[in-house]
Amino acid sequence: MKVLCAMSGGVDSSVAALLLAEAGHDVAGVTLKLWGGESDTGCCAVSDTDDARQVARRLGIDHHVFNFGDEFTTSVVEPYLEAHRVGLTPNPCIECNRHLKFDKLTRRAAALGFDAVATGHHARRLEGADGRWRVARGVDPAKDQSYVLHMLDAGALERILFPVGDLTKAEVRRIAADHGLATADKADSQDVCFITRSAGRETFLGAHIPLHPGRVVDGSGAEVGRVEAIESVTLGQRRGLTLAGGAGRRYVVDVDVGGRTVTVGVPEDLLVSETAVCGLVWAAGPPTGRVHVQTSAHGTPVGAILDIAGDCGVVRWDQRRPAVAPGQSVVFYDAETVLGGGVATTSSG
Amino acid sequence: MWPEAVELVAELSSATFANPSGSHRAARAARAIIDEARESVAECVGARPSEVIWCSGGTEADNLAVLGLGIRGAVVVSAIEHPAVAEPAGCRRADLAPVHADGLVDVAELELLLTADTTLVSVMAVNNEIGTIQPLAEIADATRRVSPRAVIHADAVQAAPWIDLTTLWPSVDALSLSAHKFGGPKGVGALVVRDGVALSPRQLGGGQERDRRSGTQNVAGIAALALALRLTHRHRHDTVLRVAALRDRLVDGLLGLIDDVVETAAVDGDRRHKIAGSAHLCIAGIESEALLFLLDEVGIAASAGSSCASGAQQSSGVVAAMGVAPDLARGCLRLSLGVTTTPEDVDTVLRELPLAVGRLRRTGS
Repeated sequence: MKVLCAMSGGVDSSVAALLLAEAGHDVAGVTLKLWGGESDTGCCAVSDTDDARQVARRLGIDHHVFNFGDEFTTSVVEPYLEAHRVGLTPNPCIECNRHLKFDKLTRRAAALGFDAVATGHHARRLEGADGRWRVARGVDPAKDQSYVLHMLDAGALERILFPVGDLTKAEVRRIAADHGLATADKADSQDVCFITRSAGRETFLGAHIPLHPGRVVDGSGAEVGRVEAIESVTLGQRRGLTLAGGAGRRYVVDVDVGGRTVTVGVPEDLLVSETAVCGLVWAAGPPTGRVHVQTSAHGTPVGAILDIAGDCGVVRWDQRRPAVAPGQSVVFYDAETVLGGGVATTSSG
Repeated sequence: MWPEAVELVAELSSATFANPSGSHRAARAARAIIDEARESVAECVGARPSEVIWCSGGTEADNLAVLGLGIRGAVVVSAIEHPAVAEPAGCRRADLAPVHADGLVDVAELELLLTADTTLVSVMAVNNEIGTIQPLAEIADATRRVSPRAVIHADAVQAAPWIDLTTLWPSVDALSLSAHKFGGPKGVGALVVRDGVALSPRQLGGGQERDRRSGTQNVAGIAALALALRLTHRHRHDTVLRVAALRDRLVDGLLGLIDDVVETAAVDGDRRHKIAGSAHLCIAGIESEALLFLLDEVGIAASAGSSCASGAQQSSGVVAAMGVAPDLARGCLRLSLGVTTTPEDVDTVLRELPLAVGRLRRTGS
C-alpha cells in the first residue's frame, strides 16, 4: 500500500513509519505545520520537524511538510478560545484529530494517491463482528490513546493505520533504539502544542481573549477568595485557588462566567448521578444497554446507562461520581472497543 | 551552474588554495584571482572594481546594505521585498511602499513616504516571486528630489540573469548580487556600493574588502561568480528572446487548458514588465501545496509562496500585497524558466499541470 505516515518528530510516529517500511509498504512521512507561534512542548516546533526529517532520512523514506496552519487556527485554536470565553473546558487535541489529522490530512492523502494515513497513536483498529472497523485501545494501558480517537467511524478507519497500537511504550522505544533512531529517547510531548510550558495557559488565553476576575464563594454564598481569570477556571479544579479559612481540600463545583462567580466545595459536592452530553458520534450506530464510559484521556472507565435522543443524551452513572467539566469529551466503550463519544454539557443529581 | 563555473571551482579548490590575505606568492596569486573577478563583475555592472564587496550570498549582501547604508535616518522599502531585505528593514522600522495589482511599486505612494529624514530607500530590481521589473529609474528620480541625502539600494538578485545591470547601475547607489541566480555556486554573492557612499560594516575581523566585510574570501566561489556573471551577460540577449518565447507558449498554453486561472501581475496578458523567465499563475479551487506534490512526482520542480524554516510552504505575502482574492491566492504556482529550459520541458508542463489540477479539483483538496 502507499501510506502517508504522519510524523510528529516523536518516537511513536518514528517507529510507526519504520514498521510500515519494514512491512514493505510504499511509505512517505509528513509533518504537519499547525501552529506558527512558539512551541516548547515537544510537538510541532521546527526542531520537531527536523527530528522527523532526520528519522525519515534514516529510514530512507521521503519526508514532506504540510502547512495546515489556517485550518488549525480556525478549527482548533479559535474554538478553544471561544470555549474558555464561555466557561467550557475544551479538548483541542480531540478537535485537531477530528478536523486536521483525520479529516484534512486524510482527504489530502487520498487526493495525492495514498491508500492510507498512519499515525503513531497508541490505539488499534479492530474488525467487529459485523466486519466493520472500530477503534480499540492500544495494548499499553498507560499509553492508550483511543479516547482522543473516538470520532473515527468504520468508513474513516478503512484508510487509517495505527502501527504501534500492538506495542507497549517500552517496546516502541526499544525498537527505535535498536534501529538507531535519534528519537528513541525523546520525551513524550505533553499538553497542548500551542501553549508553551514556559508561559502557560492563562498567558495564552490572556493574549487572545479578555480575562475577568471573579469571586470565589462557598456553598453558603460566603466569599472565600478571588480568581484573576475566571475563563481559566475548570470544574473539579483544586489547584491554583487561594482560599481563605477552612481546612481540607476544596474543589471548584461551579463556574459562572457571566456572573463572575466560582463556587467551591468539598469532594462530595462534586458528585453527580448523571451527565448530559451532545454531539454524539458513533463508530457503528448507538449502543443499547450498559456502556463503559471514560471522561478523560487516561481515566478509569466506569459503568453507566446512556439514554439517547438524537445526537444528545444523558449518561446515567451506575454510581455517583465527580461531575465532568462541560466541554470535555465523554467516550463510550464496549470492553476494549470504542463505540463512540460526545461532549459533556452539564452534570446533575 | 554553468559547466565552466563548475570546472573552475574544482580547479581552484585543488590548485590555488592560499588565503588571499598574505604576502607570499601563493597568497598574491589568490589575491589576483579575486581582484580579477572584481574587475569582471564591475564591468558587468558598469561600476568600478573598488565598489565590489564580496559576500556569502544575496542575503548577506542585503543585510549589509539595509543595516549598513544610511544608518542615521528613516528607511523606505517596498511591500514586496525578499525577506533578506524585509527582515532587516523591519528592524529599522521601515515604511512600506505598496504595489499595484500589476505587481509594480506605486511610485507616487513611495514618494509620499519620503521625508527629509529618509536616508535609505531599498526596492528590488525584479521581484523573485512574480518577476515584475520595478520602476527604479522613477523611484531614483523621486528620491533624489525629495530626499537627496538618501542612499538608494536595489536587491538585484533576481534581476541579474535578465536585465543588463549597466542600465540599472546609474539609478542606484548600491545593489546586491547572488551567484546561484545566474549559474554560479551557492554561498557567494556581492554588494556593489558606489564610491563615496558611507557603509557601516556588519562583519568585523581582519579588515578584508577594505574593512567593509571581514573574513577570508571564498576564492573559488568568487572566481566562479565572476565567470558565471560574464557568461550570463554575454548570452543574455539571446537567452531572453529564447526563454520569453518558451514562457509565452507555456503560459498562454496553460491559460487555454485550465479554467478559472489567472496569470498573476499580467493585466490583459501584458507581460512587458516581467522578466522573460517568470511564469506565475493563480489557480482557483486547489491548494498550492498539494499541486506541488503532484508536480514533483512527475519531475516538475515548481514553487508557490515561500518556504519557512520547517520546510512548509507559506502563502505568498507578495500575492497578498497585490490584493489577489484568497481563493486564487491559495492556489498560486510559480514556474521559473531559465537558460537550461527546453521546449520539451514546456511540453511536459503543458501535459502534466492540467492533469494535476483536474485531479485535485475532483478530489476537493
